Amino acid sequence: MSWTKKILRVNLSSGTCTEEPLNMEWANDYLGQRGLATRYIVEETDPACDPLGPDNKLIMATGPLTGTMASTGGRYSVICKSPLTNAIACSNSGGFFGAELKFAGWDMVIFEGRAASPMYLSIEDNVAKLHPADDLWGKSCWEADKQLRTKHQDPQTRIAIVGRSAEQGCLYAAVVNDLHRAAGRSGVGTVMASKNLKAVVCRGTLGLGNIDNPEAFMETTKAGKAVLAENAVTGQGLPAYGTQVLMNVINEVGALPTRNMRETQFEGAANVSAEAMAEPRKSDGKPNLTTNGACFSCTIACGRISTIDRTHFSVKDKPEYWINSGGLEYEAAWALGPDTGVDDIDALTYANFLCNEDGMDPISFGSTVAAAMELFEEGAITTEQTDGVELKFGSAEALCWAAEVTAKGEGFGRDIGMGSKRLCEKYGRPELSMTVKGQEFPAYDPRGIQGIGLAYATSNRGACHLRGYTIASEILGIPVKTDPLESEGKADLVKAFQDATAAVDSAGLCVFTTFAWTMDDIAPQVDAACAGDWSPERMMEVGERIWNMEREYNAKAGLTAADDRLPERLTTLPANAGPATGKVSELDKMLPAYYTVRGWNADGTVTSDTHQRLGLPG
Amino acid sequence: MKITFKLYATLGDLLPSNAVRNVSTIEVPEDASLHNIIDKYHVPRELAHLVLINGVFVCDADRDQAGILKENDVLAIWPPVAGG
Ligand code: SF4
Repeated sequence: MSWTKKILRVNLSSGTCTEEPLNMEWANDYLGQRGLATRYIVEETDPACDPLGPDNKLIMATGPLTGTMASTGGRYSVICKSPLTNAIACSNSGGFFGAELKFAGWDMVIFEGRAASPMYLSIEDNVAKLHPADDLWGKSCWEADKQLRTKHQDPQTRIAIVGRSAEQGCLYAAVVNDLHRAAGRSGVGTVMASKNLKAVVCRGTLGLGNIDNPEAFMETTKAGKAVLAENAVTGQGLPAYGTQVLMNVINEVGALPTRNMRETQFEGAANVSAEAMAEPRKSDGKPNLTTNGACFSCTIACGRISTIDRTHFSVKDKPEYWINSGGLEYEAAWALGPDTGVDDIDALTYANFLCNEDGMDPISFGSTVAAAMELFEEGAITTEQTDGVELKFGSAEALCWAAEVTAKGEGFGRDIGMGSKRLCEKYGRPELSMTVKGQEFPAYDPRGIQGIGLAYATSNRGACHLRGYTIASEILGIPVKTDPLESEGKADLVKAFQDATAAVDSAGLCVFTTFAWTMDDIAPQVDAACAGDWSPERMMEVGERIWNMEREYNAKAGLTAADDRLPERLTTLPANAGPATGKVSELDKMLPAYYTVRGWNADGTVTSDTHQRLGLPG
Repeated sequence: MKITFKLYATLGDLLPSNAVRNVSTIEVPEDASLHNIIDKYHVPRELAHLVLINGVFVCDADRDQAGILKENDVLAIWPPVAGG
């Protein structure tokens, strides 16, 4: 086994920290991390609960491969009910925090209740303790992180933390760890702050000695690393260019959502691309990109470390931002750039820094600013609301201002912090919100890439690319190329991606490995680490079980087939440029086929046969 | 005839010197195949992974087809890349 078989339960209402054995029966069915923690949420909470009330629980969970030498084996997830979507939330993060939690001897930490005043949790191996955090409240993630480091005086401490946006109720606040890695989506940071929990400070020295078959594990992880190194994508493309290499690709195929998805190609894409990040700038001859970076145990190293041009208006009087910090990843760059019509790479990098500094999901933030810009241009919002700022598409100044006020929850920043759905409803134009289940879209237009539209519509955590990354097949040809403009056959493709991803997440691995690894590479590593027989087929079944369990949780939370919809713009307003010109999303054709391949009823509910076949709870 | 030729990521350096960023205009014979152009600009065939004409993917089997391009078409090529 590679589980520590121990859970830490922290009751914030009573201030107690208790140790419990991990439910190994569930571990056999749900593996770890995303799947296993959701199983606990299903068991212990009412799906109809108020996501920001004390009855919601929040779990930080590792997988059996977290903390091991398997490549990318450092991931953890934060699982709870989402305040943005009212559905299940599960946000995955890299960095080093997850592995540290494992080294301290814990598979997961379950937070329940609500503290009467701000607290933080410290974990030093077996010893877990709650401390007052009044002096940290009101501080950004970066500031509070620094203060905690000074206090704990151990350079190897790893910290997961929420920023001011979460404290102020921004509905897409993230949990930030290691300064610029984040469990970013669906407002998991908002839930953490609602419990008056500011941070988790963790130091583990126990290591990980419980691999089921160490020799086989050495062999299989070594073989896995060789596959990643030899593959052109994971061995060369991702380390050199990061995910941002997609900016020009997706623009070229005419699926780069632009100006709140009114258009499908962005004239300024090249200015905010990976290639642009590598160009020396005029002022100091340095490129935006300083270097790449890796999460724990990762041999891909797709991370970006960047600087902002010191002469740029956003930072010229703010030397605190003349630093190397987490740079633009594709999804963030898209939301902050093409979606808002801004093509100023320094403005994007600045907004991205602020998203890290105060823990905001840059996808939801950028998309909400895009919606606000459209509302402004349509006259539904005026300078009266925006404190005099001309909130127009393409304005780098407006973008930077929006990031500043939203990070701190000031003025109109509170409206932006509601997310695009609530913002557009508040100003009387709900149709301008580009969301599914209340969560903003990522960076691929469903008119030009049909399968991803189905993946957005059916994602259990609201619109999301990482729940079923069909882009791999539809655009990049991994594992096989499918036609992005064709909707036929996409139901099977989406299901396969969704199930595989649920299993990969639950193992504690990074989904980017799947650009090179198939389940035949992953299952042997899990099999060597964990007791029992973990075949590729069993991994896929675990993935399918997790997907259906999440679906049933959402149904109990009140979601129905009516929530598997895309905004009308994407099903009625044809793409205006590129190969998809004239096309809309054919969701109506794909959705019934998807329900069928899932073994669901025509109304999108899980059939009792499927429920029983997968051995789902309840 | 003239076409727009774009090479991205690690292939960018193989563009002719008149290229601005990743884009250049080149002259090609009307009966040129994509492999003719790929070879002419020393793009290793195994690195010509994502090959798009006007944004539409051209599979390996069609890259030998003569006369596949029209005047003013956009040919864009990437090595194996991914993101997400
Ligand atoms: S591939 Fe990138 S995101 Fe994934 S673990 Fe490695 S560095 Fe982190």
